[in-house]
Order: sequence, then C-alpha cells, then structure tokens
Amino acid sequence: MDDVKLSAEDKALLDQFLAEHRLFLGPDPEIMRNHTLTERSQMEQAAIAKNPDPHQIHHIRGLINAALSEGFQMVNQMGAAPGAKWGDLVTGVYTAQGDLAMIAPHGIIAFAACCFYPIRFIIKYWVDDPTVGVRDGDGFIHNDARYGGIHNTDQSMMLPLFYKGELVCWVSSTVHEGENGACEPGGLPAAAESKYDEGIKMSPFKVVENFQLKRDLVTFLQNSVRDPKLQLEDMKVKLHAAMRLRERMISIIEQFGKDAFVATLRMHLEDTETEMRRRIKELPDGTTRVLQFMDSSLRENVLQKISLAIHKKGDRLIMDFRGTAPQFMNRSVNTNIASFKAALCTGLLQNVWPDLPHTMAVLSPIEVITDRNTIIDAEGEMPQAMSLMPLFKACVCWTIPMNKLNYSVPHRYSAIIASQYDQAATFIYGGITQHGDATGNFCGDINGNGQGARSHADGEHSISPVFGFMCDSGEHEINEEDTPIIRLGAQRLAKDRIGFGKYRGGMGYEQIATARGSGMWGFMTGCEGSKFPSAQGLFGGYSCPSYQLMKIKGINIFEELDKNPKVVEEFDIVRLMNERPIPGGKYSSNDMGMTFELCNDGEIYMICQGSGGGYGDVLERDPELVMKDLREDLMSHDNAWDIYRVVYDRENLIVDVEATEKARAEERKARIQRGKPFEAFCKDWVTPEPPTDVPYLGSWDDNTETWASIPGMMRVKTPSDQIQGVFMPNPKDVRIAQLEAELEACRGGKG
Amino acid sequence: MKVLITEYLRIDLDSEKWECRRCSHEIGPARENYKRGLLVHDRDPREIHKPLLDTRLYERTYSPDPKWCRILEYYCPNCGTMFEAEYLPPGHPPLHDIELDIDALKAQWKDRQEITESPMGPDLALAKVKAGRALHAHAGHKHG
Repeated sequence: MDDVKLSAEDKALLDQFLAEHRLFLGPDPEIMRNHTLTERSQMEQAAIAKNPDPHQIHHIRGLINAALSEGFQMVNQMGAAPGAKWGDLVTGVYTAQGDLAMIAPHGIIAFAACCFYPIRFIIKYWVDDPTVGVRDGDGFIHNDARYGGIHNTDQSMMLPLFYKGELVCWVSSTVHEGENGACEPGGLPAAAESKYDEGIKMSPFKVVENFQLKRDLVTFLQNSVRDPKLQLEDMKVKLHAAMRLRERMISIIEQFGKDAFVATLRMHLEDTETEMRRRIKELPDGTTRVLQFMDSSLRENVLQKISLAIHKKGDRLIMDFRGTAPQFMNRSVNTNIASFKAALCTGLLQNVWPDLPHTMAVLSPIEVITDRNTIIDAEGEMPQAMSLMPLFKACVCWTIPMNKLNYSVPHRYSAIIASQYDQAATFIYGGITQHGDATGNFCGDINGNGQGARSHADGEHSISPVFGFMCDSGEHEINEEDTPIIRLGAQRLAKDRIGFGKYRGGMGYEQIATARGSGMWGFMTGCEGSKFPSAQGLFGGYSCPSYQLMKIKGINIFEELDKNPKVVEEFDIVRLMNERPIPGGKYSSNDMGMTFELCNDGEIYMICQGSGGGYGDVLERDPELVMKDLREDLMSHDNAWDIYRVVYDRENLIVDVEATEKARAEERKARIQRGKPFEAFCKDWVTPEPPTDVPYLGSWDDNTETWASIPGMMRVKTPSDQIQGVFMPNPKDVRIAQLEAELEACRGGKG
Repeated sequence: MKVLITEYLRIDLDSEKWECRRCSHEIGPARENYKRGLLVHDRDPREIHKPLLDTRLYERTYSPDPKWCRILEYYCPNCGTMFEAEYLPPGHPPLHDIELDIDALKAQWKDRQEITESPMGPDLALAKVKAGRALHAHAGHKHG
C-alpha cells in the first residue's frame, strides 16, 4: 500500500469517504483540547465592522444578564433535583460558533464552561448530518463529561436560536441532577471501575423538536436512572428555562438588531480576553509553584501528586502540570483535560479575579500543559465519575502560586485568600424512600466549604462550595420529608478542626445522619484528605486538619432514645466517639472515601465539612481574636497556648499582653534553636525516591519522570510523557491476602 | 527600591537580595531560592493538628498520618518569623516556589512608586456570596 500514489482528486475522494463513514463519533480531540476562542466568524466580523456603540453594548449586556438571571431563577424555583434547589445550576448564552459568552450572574461557572464543548460538537457533526440536523425548535441534551462537562451527574439542555432563519446564538441550562443510573445511586459512583459503570452517557443528541420533548427518548432515559420522575421533571424545567431565555434574546435582537446583539456577545469575549492579558502583564515575570497531594482513590489510600508551575512572561501565562500522578485505569478519580480546564476557569474567577466577567474568555489566553494519561488528563476508557477530586484541586490550585505572583502588583483587584476547603464533604445517598420510591442523590452540605483565611481577616465559616459563589446548604426538613435521612446533628461548627494562622481559615460543620423507615437505604462519601490535609495555608498559615468518616453501627438510635431519652447528651462527633454512650455500638473511624453501603434504621454516620487554610504566622494572631474563638467555643484552651502562645485568664478570657509578648518572643527564639539551615536540612531530609511503605503516584524530584509505587504490587518509574496508567487490585482481594498471610503465620506455615 | 513579594518577603532591587519584612534581615541573593537563607524544622503534623479522638481507641483521629505527611516550617534565622508551612510526604524535595526574573522586575518597577504596605483589595468573593444569599432569601428560602 505504501507504493500507492493517490492523485489530489482521489485523495479528496478518500478523505470524504472516510469522513462520511466514521464508525464512531467519539469525543473529538480537536474540540476537547481547545479552550480558546474561535476566530471571528463572518457574521461577527460584519457586525463589529459597523462600529457598535459601546454604551449600547453595555446596555444589551445588562439585558442579557437579566434574562440569564431570570432563567436561573426559573430552574432554581421549579427544578426537582436537590442540586437545583440549592443553586448547583447555571444558564448560559453562546455565540453561533459555540463560544461561551455569558452566564447567569449567580450560576456555577464550570457548568457553562463545559457546554461549549458539546455545542461545538453539535455544530461540527450534527448541523450537516441529514439524519440529525439543527433546526429552529430543536433542543439537545448531554451529560457525558467526555464530550464536555464536569461529571456525568450534570445534565444540560442546549437550544440553537434562529432569527429569520439564521443561527444567531445558543442558549443552555445545566443542573447537577444527581441520580444517573450508575453502579451506585446518587450519580457519583466511586465504585465505578470502567466508564461502563457510570450510568447513562449522553453524547449530545436531539431530544426536543418543535420545542417539545420527544417522549420516546424521555422514556428511554427514565428507564436508565433510579429516579424517573426527576428525569422527566427536570428535562421539562431546563427546556422551559432555555425557551424563556430564547424569547428574551429574540426580544433584544428585535429591539436593537441582530448585528448589535452579535457584536455584544463577541466584544464581551474579546474585551475580557484583552483585560486578562493586561492583568497578566502587570504580574512580575517568573515562575511560582505549588504541589497538591491527594491521599485517596476513594477505594484505597494512595498519594497522588498534582504538580503546578505557573510561568509568566509578558502577557503570556502558562500553567504547567507536568509531573502529575498517572491516571487510574480502574478508579473513578480521573478527569479529562476539558473538564479540568473548566474547573481552572472557575477557580480563577472564584479565587483570584472575581470581578472579571464569567466567560470562557478568562481562560482563553492561558496555556495549559499536561502529561497525557494523568489523573488530570485521562483519556479513553478510564472511569471519571468522581472527577470532582482532581477538579476541586483545580479550583484551588491558583491560590498559592498566584498570590505569590500577584502580591507585588500595586493594584489589588480582590482580597488575598488562602485555599478554601476543597472536598465534596456531604452524604451521597440512595435506596427506597419511606414513600416507596427509588431514588439517589446527594445532600446540599457539599456547598458548605470553609473559606480560606484572608490577608486581612479570618475566613468565613462554611461559606460556599469550592466551585461557586451562590449556593444554599439545603433544608433538612425538606430532605426528611422526601427521604428517610434524619439529621441528628447539623450545622454545628467542628470545634478545633482549624486551619491555624495569623488569620484562621473559615471552619466547617459537623453532619450526623441516620436513616429511618426505609429498610433499604444507604450512604456513600467521596472525599480525600483523611491522611494528608487538603486545604493549604498561605504565607506560613497551616492547612486544615485531616478529616474522617465516623460510624456507629449495630445500634438503632431511635430505640435507644426510646429506652433512655438522655442516652446521648449532645450529638457532638468527638464526644460520641470518645465517650461511646450508646451501648452495644460498633464505633469506627474511617477514611472519608466510602463506597455505597447500607445503613440500617438508626445506625449513625458522621462527617465534617472542612476548614479553609490559614494565613500567616500563628504568633502574629491578635490575642483578642484567639479569645473570640474561645468565647465562640470554636477552639479548646490548649490550642490558645500550644498554637498561638497566648497568656490569659481562663475564667474571664482577659489577655496578659506583656506575658503573651514574652511567650511569643521565647517561641521565636525556640524556633531559631530548633531550625536547621536549609542546605543542611535538605541533606538529611531529601530522599532520592518516594518512600517504599506509602503508595505514591507522581513525580518526585524530576517532573520528567513519574513514579507508580504501590507496596507489594509495583514500583516503577517511567518518562512522564509515556504514562499509561495504574491498574489497582480489588481492595477486598488485598484484604483477603493480608488475612490469609496472618492465618498462615498463626498456623505456623501449615497451610 | 524594595518590592513586596509575600507577607514576609521583599526584594531589594538595588542589592538584589531577599529580605525579611519583619526584621529587615538579609536572607540571600534574589536570583536564588529564598529558602536557602531560612531555617527549617520538620514538624510532626500531630503537634499542630492534635488528635481529637482517643488514640487508644482509633487510628484515625483528625490528625494527619505522620508517615504520609510532614510539615516543613521555615523560619527567619534572625527574628524567628514563620514564612511558610510546607506540607510534604517524608523525604520529598522542598519546592522552589518563587523564582522571579530579577532583570524584568527591575524594568517593571523602573517607573513605579515604592510600596511599603500591601494594598488591600475589595473582598469580592465574600461580596458575591452575600449577594447570592440575599437573592436566595428574597426568593423565599429563609432560614431559622
């Protein structure tokens, strides 16, 4: 065949044949690996050539914002998914080419930052396909993150907007729906070992014609999930929110003309990109770095490194993630690069420059470099149902290196903030409700992450999710009406679980849950950070502590309370675990990653939302702020001395200023005594390879080489650009092997 | 001309040295890693994030696992101020976290006024959350 020489005509014919006979239209790398703005289209060029009035553009932008906000409110008020009620949603408008132009002011940025990928897919593959086509009145649904999206639990409805027969823009509505028919209920299956365990995978397809849902397809989708009523209701809600948005856009076009509307969307993007480059240019040239370590695959503990170097020169900013851990071939904590970039976009807008317009244009001028087949750039068959793990790291990865790059800039656009707590610390649930319905979803506590400390103040407690500004942590009464979950304790700040610093991180709260009246109910949790803290401090501030999942199994708290109403004096996790007041209970403290397990009536599960990282040296904390924390019962007296070195009267909390200054001066001297010069310290500290007794994935001292070290299984080093992935053994097989070895030893080798 | 780089570090562009912002101690050449001029202490994370659960009853107690995680505390050798608390697996090389182009920095600050205190930025993240909460309350989602 190598000898065959095709003429240009034959070559064109062959290319056409291959294009028309592709066997599978999978995720298109040309789309999925490109986060930048497209070139101006002819329509955009023509509209901008008419020199639109900037004041009018501003006016139109305000009207679009109002319409997006209205659409957001519609879904927020009418949506059936818990995520919709609590704000995990967005509405967005896109250019005709699929560039995300604007989102609802209170919406979740990342959701919309994902929709332009499926819209670009629809444009590339369905517009000219005679079996599909894109016409006025059509609507497309999508949830498969491999075609764009945070994770498959989010569902989007996308509508093309035609005006006088011409495609002018796209509108969308996205909600974290929850249940999606995966191998575990609730839409976030940590147990998924391949993409086929993840539930329905909707590549973008047409589910609406003439503004009507196609009932045959709806029925198919309803059959694919555990909550068919939810599936139908929210498809309707998203469709009608998008249709309202469409009506509003048409009104704007009719009032101001198509050109003014098109120019507004395009100029909004281009102006934002220009402003981004101007801000990048203000930063000093150089490189800042951060390392993040995740400690769990949600099936077993394993350290996974995310390495980031931010290189800045002139108006270029490069995020270099090379040296990051290899992907898991049978664990769900991977993400694809498009989702990862959407989370980067979110993090930049949430943590660094919240004043910039929420569009994809903020990320457009930023270059992102990764090694393929890593947990942040997973490809192919890899499961990615719990992509939240690396994605939440993407949201906060800016905070340390950008503040180090940003600190010298004379003008500050927003306050300096340490890392927010970055775990999905909430109960995911599923089973049969007390009403006999099958369901699966998650609790709104995911939205209660503690804020990182600021350079001028403590962080706010349980302020918001790490991926958005506006979210409610849910109404427990509504949850108790709908599901068998009973809250024994909630919204109680987790005392002593603090990111200490000159300013401390905002704290998280305890969640104590049980089930009642189901007979078939269970929970799962999906967090890491039980061994290695997750939220990092800034400029000498400490990270948050580690957090665990506590259980009291083998009891029924309702029966115990019937027998003795005072059996538990207060539902406080630390007291319950240390005092063990419920007789016969099996108390355990576990990793925060738990695959789905059944919760019998009255058994107790306990987790915490976490604290943000601290800011600055603890010895610089105003002693009166330490007293305030004591007064508010956020902290024990021991920490006031052990951490902050404050001398005071424990009865009246009056600070002895002089004694405190003396104690702090002594502690500073003690630091100088115990500290070793850096070079000497490194000589003793640095090892040439990762430890052999801790599972470790990622680079060590050289980002061009990546380690995969799993004790008892593998220890290999490969060039970082040739990573394939790591296949983990079944944790139960590992446990069985351990027990068999113990048994063997007990028998003295007499198998 | 001195440029503020972090809460505790600045660079003297004339001498090309890192300096401590608390005591003005000269830490080292600005073209090198500032950490080379600091003292380091390997802190057991259980001393900061103390066990809250009874360690006789439980292995996991809200403290980080010291076999997985250590805290490297960096101190000014002159005044003892803690500049960084770096969380690393045991033996992992400390990160060279700030590496600036000093010539470019000089050029950038040629026409800028010296700043001795870091400017305060508006607390936009908090403002946005409060605006969101107000909107949510307005929509009828009131809380106890």
